[in-house]
Amino acid sequence: MMTNLSPVVDATSKIQVRNLNFYYGKYLALKNINLDIATNKVTAFIGPSGCGKSTLLRTFNRMYDLYPGQHATGEILLDGVNALAPKTDLFKLRARVGMVFQKPTPFPMSIYENIAFGVRLYEKLGKSAMDDRVEWALQQAALWNEVKDKLKQSGMSLSGGQQQRLCIARAIAVKPEVVLLDEPASALDPISTLKIEELIYELKKHYTIAIVTHNMQQAARVSDYTAFMYLGEMVEFGDTNTIFTNPSKKQTEDYITGRYG
Amino acid sequence: MEPIYTHISHQFNAELEDIRSRVLQMGGLVEQQIGQAINALVTGDVALAQAVATEDYKVNKMEVTIDEECSQIIARRQPAASDLRLVVAVIKTITDLERIGDEAEKIARMAQRLAGEERPKNNYIEIQALGNHVRQMVHDALDAWARLDIEAALRVAREDKQVDNEYVGIMRQMITYMMEDPRTISRTLDVIWTARALERIGDHARNMCEYVIYLVKGKDVRHTSIEQIEKEVLGYKSK
Repeated sequence: MMTNLSPVVDATSKIQVRNLNFYYGKYLALKNINLDIATNKVTAFIGPSGCGKSTLLRTFNRMYDLYPGQHATGEILLDGVNALAPKTDLFKLRARVGMVFQKPTPFPMSIYENIAFGVRLYEKLGKSAMDDRVEWALQQAALWNEVKDKLKQSGMSLSGGQQQRLCIARAIAVKPEVVLLDEPASALDPISTLKIEELIYELKKHYTIAIVTHNMQQAARVSDYTAFMYLGEMVEFGDTNTIFTNPSKKQTEDYITGRYG
Repeated sequence: MEPIYTHISHQFNAELEDIRSRVLQMGGLVEQQIGQAINALVTGDVALAQAVATEDYKVNKMEVTIDEECSQIIARRQPAASDLRLVVAVIKTITDLERIGDEAEKIARMAQRLAGEERPKNNYIEIQALGNHVRQMVHDALDAWARLDIEAALRVAREDKQVDNEYVGIMRQMITYMMEDPRTISRTLDVIWTARALERIGDHARNMCEYVIYLVKGKDVRHTSIEQIEKEVLGYKSK
């Protein structure tokens, strides 16, 4: 299988992954991954369960550091600086590279506090500056109009789709440069899913976005670039139009056409 | 008819609007090609005929571009219901438009040849009449497309019968010319080919109208008589 993929991204790249291997203990979960994530674009990762797409996403902000026995080799260059270097400040890294998970995870506190909580960790803002930031983040996440009259209510009182947009607002509130979305819509109904997708389209104007999805059609709808992964390897990576109309690898074709056994 | 596009995804909206307006753009170009081809033939303007023949590549290019856009929409958006019908109708319509473009090119080549021949006394009045008729049909078909107006589409489709009659009339006339003076046969044949091309344009315009009906009503009315279409689509028969 080909592992050295020629770079297809002509836009400037925000993240460059070089010869990345990832281990769960002794198990090699990512095998020599190389790819570029373009600035202000949406890059989607698709592939069957266990192919390593979520694992790859979690290396970008070193989420795996929280778990013993997991480690990565190679380089992940964020604006040219290796995020895998031991001296990387993880606190700062995660402020620059935000993440939203599959299940909405609002904190058990008010809608306002859900947003303000993270901001306080990084910045000291006065009351009105904080109010502005909360409104701004909720606006960006296309949630403001639905919650502006009930900011004091618990975040848990929102619908699933609203909770997920709240989580996106929370991730955006600390002004990250990259937003990682791990199956952001898989627990949502079709209309909420479309709202999240429309939001992703809006967000890429300001952020670089990487999204993992089981839903191939979602990848087709929202992304500029698509990477197909299989058994820990990057099988094909290219612009989404090409991947979904004329993929160059048979494995990719089989997967996106539903022929993959 | 109210606008059919108000998706949550603005981008999807924009893509559908885009293929729709490109069809109309392509239609505008094709309409112009027909007009100029007829004009070149009637006035014996070789330069204009040449221009029409060379411009046809633009029509072809638009067909390829729109087709490409449609397959990308299918691959990326999985359109359903009226969206799907729109994409299918676009793909079919541009095939007919491209063929109309080819017919216009054919007429332009005929015009180049006929320009060197002796001109008839009536100045190709019958070709002029038929040409204006089918050009108007194409214009009205595009109009029906733009407004998603099935009544207008039906009106255009009905015109096709008249065009066929005019074509038969021209044929008859040309046959008498050839019998009268065999020296005119080669020139008259060119006129017949031209009339034939115009008659074909009428058929393509009718096809486009059928796609409008398919798009709006979801009914496939190809290979159906006008009377049958009226009954099915309008629920009544016009006079």
